[in-house]
Amino acid sequence: MNTLRIKPFRSLFAACLALAATVSAFAQAAAPAAATPPPPPAPTLEQRIAGLEAYIGNGDPSAALKVGPKDKDGNLTIPAGLTTPSVGVAGPGHNAWMMTSAALVLFMTLPGLALFYGGLVRTKNVLSVMAQCLSLAGLVTILWWAFGYSLVFGKSFNSPFLGGSEFFFLKGVDSAPNTDYAFWVSQNVFAMYQMMFAIITPALIVGAIAERMKFSAMILFMTGWMFLVYFPLAHMVWGVNGFMNGVWNAGAAIKAIDFAGGTVVHMSSGWSALILCMLVGKRLGFGKTPMLPHSLVLCMVGTGMLWVGWYGFNAGSAAAADGVAANAFTTTTLATGVAASVWALLEYLTRKKASVLGLCSGAVSGLVVVTPACGFIDSTSAMWVGILAGAIPFFAVTKLKAMFGYDDALDTFGVHAVGGTLGALLAGVFATPAVNANLSTNLKDVVGKTLWIEQIKAIGITLVVASVATVIIALIVKAVVGLRPSVEAEQEGLDLSDHGEEGYIYESKS
Amino acid sequence: MKLIVAVIKPFRLEEVKDALAAAGVEGMTVTEVKGFGRQKGHTEIYRGNEYTVDFLPKAKLEIAVPDELASAVVEAIASAARTGKIGDGKIFVLSLEDVVRIRTGERGEAAV
Repeated sequence: MNTLRIKPFRSLFAACLALAATVSAFAQAAAPAAATPPPPPAPTLEQRIAGLEAYIGNGDPSAALKVGPKDKDGNLTIPAGLTTPSVGVAGPGHNAWMMTSAALVLFMTLPGLALFYGGLVRTKNVLSVMAQCLSLAGLVTILWWAFGYSLVFGKSFNSPFLGGSEFFFLKGVDSAPNTDYAFWVSQNVFAMYQMMFAIITPALIVGAIAERMKFSAMILFMTGWMFLVYFPLAHMVWGVNGFMNGVWNAGAAIKAIDFAGGTVVHMSSGWSALILCMLVGKRLGFGKTPMLPHSLVLCMVGTGMLWVGWYGFNAGSAAAADGVAANAFTTTTLATGVAASVWALLEYLTRKKASVLGLCSGAVSGLVVVTPACGFIDSTSAMWVGILAGAIPFFAVTKLKAMFGYDDALDTFGVHAVGGTLGALLAGVFATPAVNANLSTNLKDVVGKTLWIEQIKAIGITLVVASVATVIIALIVKAVVGLRPSVEAEQEGLDLSDHGEEGYIYESKS
Repeated sequence: MKLIVAVIKPFRLEEVKDALAAAGVEGMTVTEVKGFGRQKGHTEIYRGNEYTVDFLPKAKLEIAVPDELASAVVEAIASAARTGKIGDGKIFVLSLEDVVRIRTGERGEAAV
């Protein structure tokens, strides 16, 4: 019955095709009789299947098409016009994961980090922290569109230190993949994904200078910081011709690895945070008046969001929904759970109470430390990473800070700089090609041997770039608008003095 | 007339209220306050930062009673609020000059 019913539609369809063919025949006949170009070579069935299989394995869909004459380097080329439907398009599964990951990374900042930091400050400054996180999302979006993406992931400058100008204003960044970075992810999705990293990095710095830096000074400082620290460092580590991109750049001067941003994100923000908090100075009454976190409830809610969002950050850094992403997802979970437990255990052993803030700090520090390593290490190594991540930053925030007396208000240095540095080093110690075959491409001579030395070089460069640039930018901003609010404004709270709002208004019923 | 002001541990408030009702008290004013006596404060630690919190939360009751009820009310509060541990609070008894019930304009003991 069904077949019978369809038949009239089939004949209608056939009639349409015939009509279309006639029309196009007329159109061709009407065109001037120019020399017709030879038809493009058709791909074989094997080449088309190879393209599809590349999708499954996150490989190059055009690899099987390289059958033409050799180029000057002796590599086979693709004959002119030869292509398959899987070349130049995004793969739906990989693209879906990367859009999800981009949203997850944004979720880390908004509202994850805003709540994590917001809960740790006093009631009168909760909005100022939130304003800083949210405004950085806006500011960095504009910078990234105009220059940032191009300066990091372009290559027209042909420089290992800074990208290029070809993608300024996202020119030419469309839904087709940029195969320098991902065979199956739309370049616009890749650009948005990477933008979320650029947003959270300066937002991390906010924790060190919380409750006492003028909003205008913060915006000016961060603008300079993106250009002098983030864009160059991100290109050096992740740019296809980057200075320290050991995994993908065969000519990298420093053969270092950084899967999801231990150096670029956590070290850069953490060391800058230390320098900036010393230049800005301590909060009024630091060490004399109590500065209790006004809501550890918000802080814990934010921590949960950070942990969830971090799957986009770490597993998403595979730039595909592949086995490397799956491994990163697993190691991230293990290290974080262990670090939260270790931190709380150390608290219990040293002062008989395991605190919520301790559990939160341990979780975040586990996430930070595993970040550069997650896509390169196996699950056993992740447990070791978790133990060290719970112990070493614990020492930094409970002992080191008191020893030196700097006012890193929310411990950006203790968690992100110490954790990021530790993670970068551990990535070099634990990385294995068994979980990530990309380590065998350009790094087979150093993995498991001297990779940790390369990591120390990368750590040194990151530390110097972040610290020196922070001093320069902060001194300029200090001269132009000043870094701090007036004493009265700081006492009143930045919510009122900078934003004209209050975080909490309790009104009795009238 | 007497005004009885009692500062007690907040978690004893329900028991104190019930004891007062049993003693014949018909109304009271309760305020959440902070303060310290011999109990002093406690220590809170947030990561490496250690703070001594001097002012602890307490509940303050204010009850106006006729003279003859005063000692029974004081006894009711004291026994209901007592835990035997430091920080149980204090009861102050003050002489009360006058009371006005706003709705009717009654004064003195009739207004208590």
